[in-house]
Amino acid sequence: MSVTLEHVTRTVDGIPTIRDVSLTLERGTLSVLLGPTLSGKTSIMRLLAGLDKPASGRVLVDDKDVTGADVRQRSVAMVYQQFINYPSLTVYENIASPLRVQGRPREEIDRRVQEAAKLLRLEPFLKRTPLQLSGGQQQRTAIARALVKGADLVLLDEPLANLDYKLREELRAELPRIFEASGAIFVYATTEPSEALLLGGDTVCMWQGEVLQAGNTSKVYRQPDTLRVAQVFSDPPLNIVGIEKKNGQVAYAGGIQAPATGLYASLADGPYRVGFRAHQLEVANGIAGRHAFHATVTVTEITGSESFVHLNRDASNWVAVLQGVHEYEPGHVLDAVLDPNNVFVFDAADRLVAAPGRA
Amino acid sequence: MARIDLVDLAHSYGGNAAPPESFALKPVTMTWRQGGAYALLGPSGCGKTTLLNLISGIVTPSRGKILFDGADITPLSTQKRNIAQVFQFPVIYDTMTVGQNLAFPLKNRGVPKAEVDARVKQIADLLDLTPYLGRKATRLTADAKQKISLGRGLVRSDVAAVLFDEPLTVIDPELKWQLRSKLKALHRELDLTMIYVTHDQTEALTFADTVVVMHDGRVVQSGTPAELFDKPAHTFVGYFIGSPGMNIVPAAVSGHEARVDGHTIGLHRNYGVLPAGTKIEIGVRPEFLHVAAPASGLLSAMIERIDDLGRARFARVRVGDEKFSARMPPGFSVPDNMVGLVFDPAHVHVYADSRLVEGVA
Amino acid sequence: MDKTINQKAWFLVLPVFAVVAFSAILPLMTVVNYSMQDTFGNNQFFWNGVGWFKELLDPSTDLGGRFLASLGRNLLFSAIILAIEVPLGIVVALSMPREGWTVAVCLVILALPLLIPWNVVGTIWQIFGRPDIGLLGYTLNTLGIDYNYVSNEFDAWATVIVMDVWHWTSLVALLCYAGLKSIPDAYYQAAQIDGASRWAVFKAIQLPKMNRVLLIAVLLRFMDSFMIYTEPFVVTGGGPGNSTTFVSIELVKIALGQFDLGKAAALSLVYNLIILIVCWVFYTVMTNAGVERPAKKGGA
Repeated sequence: MSVTLEHVTRTVDGIPTIRDVSLTLERGTLSVLLGPTLSGKTSIMRLLAGLDKPASGRVLVDDKDVTGADVRQRSVAMVYQQFINYPSLTVYENIASPLRVQGRPREEIDRRVQEAAKLLRLEPFLKRTPLQLSGGQQQRTAIARALVKGADLVLLDEPLANLDYKLREELRAELPRIFEASGAIFVYATTEPSEALLLGGDTVCMWQGEVLQAGNTSKVYRQPDTLRVAQVFSDPPLNIVGIEKKNGQVAYAGGIQAPATGLYASLADGPYRVGFRAHQLEVANGIAGRHAFHATVTVTEITGSESFVHLNRDASNWVAVLQGVHEYEPGHVLDAVLDPNNVFVFDAADRLVAAPGRA
Repeated sequence: MARIDLVDLAHSYGGNAAPPESFALKPVTMTWRQGGAYALLGPSGCGKTTLLNLISGIVTPSRGKILFDGADITPLSTQKRNIAQVFQFPVIYDTMTVGQNLAFPLKNRGVPKAEVDARVKQIADLLDLTPYLGRKATRLTADAKQKISLGRGLVRSDVAAVLFDEPLTVIDPELKWQLRSKLKALHRELDLTMIYVTHDQTEALTFADTVVVMHDGRVVQSGTPAELFDKPAHTFVGYFIGSPGMNIVPAAVSGHEARVDGHTIGLHRNYGVLPAGTKIEIGVRPEFLHVAAPASGLLSAMIERIDDLGRARFARVRVGDEKFSARMPPGFSVPDNMVGLVFDPAHVHVYADSRLVEGVA
Repeated sequence: MDKTINQKAWFLVLPVFAVVAFSAILPLMTVVNYSMQDTFGNNQFFWNGVGWFKELLDPSTDLGGRFLASLGRNLLFSAIILAIEVPLGIVVALSMPREGWTVAVCLVILALPLLIPWNVVGTIWQIFGRPDIGLLGYTLNTLGIDYNYVSNEFDAWATVIVMDVWHWTSLVALLCYAGLKSIPDAYYQAAQIDGASRWAVFKAIQLPKMNRVLLIAVLLRFMDSFMIYTEPFVVTGGGPGNSTTFVSIELVKIALGQFDLGKAAALSLVYNLIILIVCWVFYTVMTNAGVERPAKKGGA
């Protein structure tokens, strides 16, 4: 089975929330909708679920037009950012509830609930009520209920956003295994690039109601079509600097000249914009073949395993990431170096012209 | 501005007669220096809020003393303790302007008007609130309101300490790092002793020069962010700080060697003979453990999954029943699912009953 | 989404129209009709135009004099009981415990007077205040205070006011208590830490947070006191003289005592109009107070 959106548009109060989106989702795949808040992720999910009708365009299930069909006639399950469970029912009954609605025989219900509970490691908690559980266990219960329903389409709308980071880390690690075991069409909305990377599968990059790029997650991350895709798929924010290539030299905005080596070598003369993620910028000095910039530290954020150094360089803000704990005083001036082999280069129309590892 | 001493401080909501294991805060003795930036870090229910409430005087301890600059302030009320506090949600006096809100703690203490105005102006400048000084505080966004609360906490220069209770909860994620850096700058600027309670490791590690990690009512480690990363004093610190957390696996340790799954791992220090009957584990952060092609002398492991974080790849591997996270060197590709694990001996720590054992060099 | 136009829906609201017409509109029309006429009994009516309304507003006539005097008494009465009950209610609410089992006890005690019907309240106080057998009246007189609500105007007023305060302060207190309960603990802690005095806490936190419930309390108490009838009627019967004759009592005297239906109808219409206007003013003030509140930010 497959679900297809065909040139779908949706407007709310005269403002387009979805602009001409075409998308096909196949059985057994996981698609991550990645984009900032209000980029249209939830709108897409509501259209897929049949909760909203598109202003124009069609929704197809297995090539059959279901654009106007009621949500109850579709085989859909949904998990939300808030932990939504029946507070008075036990975890067992919560998970069993969609099967009871379907009127399944008792033995089948028991078997499927036990299966789902095992998959989500909820077996010890089946007799408790949701309020006696931690946030992570509550959300696992909601996910189990969505899975047990046996729906063809499972939609997860930022399901981990309200969890503490350690729980988020644990559930993130478990989700791909759960998806693989189920075989439905999974759609997972998130604002976090790292979540998309960890889940793998396909990524649909969204921005202001449009699909910017869709495809294999690793490919979208490593070969962003446009500067905007690279920005959406970058956390901390993508560092950007303008360059001008001329006579075998590149001139960085803010006054640094360097020989046009690495990816710059094959560019035609003209202006470009260079984008690089935090880990592509190194804090060091005197490495041969690298382009060095003087930058001033504004703050160092330490997450535990990594330190994010926020820098100010020629009126633009950059971020570099370092392994382990490093503290730089605000105001400290350091050398940030860029490897000309490890950058993304975009042309005047912001289309990708060079990327690391691209032939 | 004060040095704070906690002397055998403990609290149970069930009273002093409650069994020691049920105490919300188990006995703790420590000293916080004047002008320091401290963070109390731990998951919900670890006792960090209890400790904060003991310091602010909202809760009276079942046991022990709190000293400000050597003076016992345990019996004093919140008002008399000379502290400032910023709460999780903005506390705004509705009828007042932003300026009046900031001036309130000073006016209540009869500070001369000229001094009040100067201090309010300084704090407003630091928090970028100057354009709003004349506006009614009720009509501002949650972010701005929380900034006012922060400002009211910082406006007095004579407080013994400023306490922050998860102050960034209501702040939009995009604005969080700005306020985090602002707080850090304020600490440098104002020379106040600051105590910051949070469950968010990034907030704690970024803000504080000393992070106090709490778990199950106990202080399990107090140290700089680098110490917490390099040398966790407790397995919980290893797990809680860092993403992914530290690998912690049972092992048999003697002398310079640890044995895991029949394989010997060299250690940097000598641990002699550890007491019998204790749970011995070794801990190594994924950053200091990497996968390589299988070879003799390496602990062999089976790859279950590879997490591609973009900037780095981590392999989730299995050795017998034990799971490890290990760094994958750039460009490393796995011929089949079997790999060898390479430990960095300098960063392999030994734990007895979850506590770090200091070996002999 | 498109709205479906279906005229059949009108039939569904027809019963409501019928009931409202029968219970409200028809009687009101009858009253309007009466207010334009004069009668000498025997169901004989004479057209009088706006004559009664002119008289009502002219203090030199008997009707106008009585109406304006009773209206004045009404306004004075409302002003006095508001001036007492609102501050008193706030004080009671502030001094109530904020948690523990005593909360329930206080709430029950406060709710008791509200559960007693008007005429019973009147009867209680009528007996309570009697100088011969009433506990209050007897005690006061024994103490040398010459207290008699039947003969002394001041005593009659005092009795009616104390009775109303006893009966209704609880309502104000309960409303204020609800307002106070909604203030998060953090506000009190913050105020303590900011070194605010008790008075500053009241002015900066409690009063602003009680604003809306106070407006509701004032509106309810004003309306109720403006329409007061049963209690003074039972206790003083409007006396001594006409000193506690409020508009409602005057209205009943004219309508049922003298059977002057025309005058009574005109009076009740004007009475009604005053209440409507006051309601409208309060409503406007309250909705404007609502606009002052900022839009809450969603999410979090």
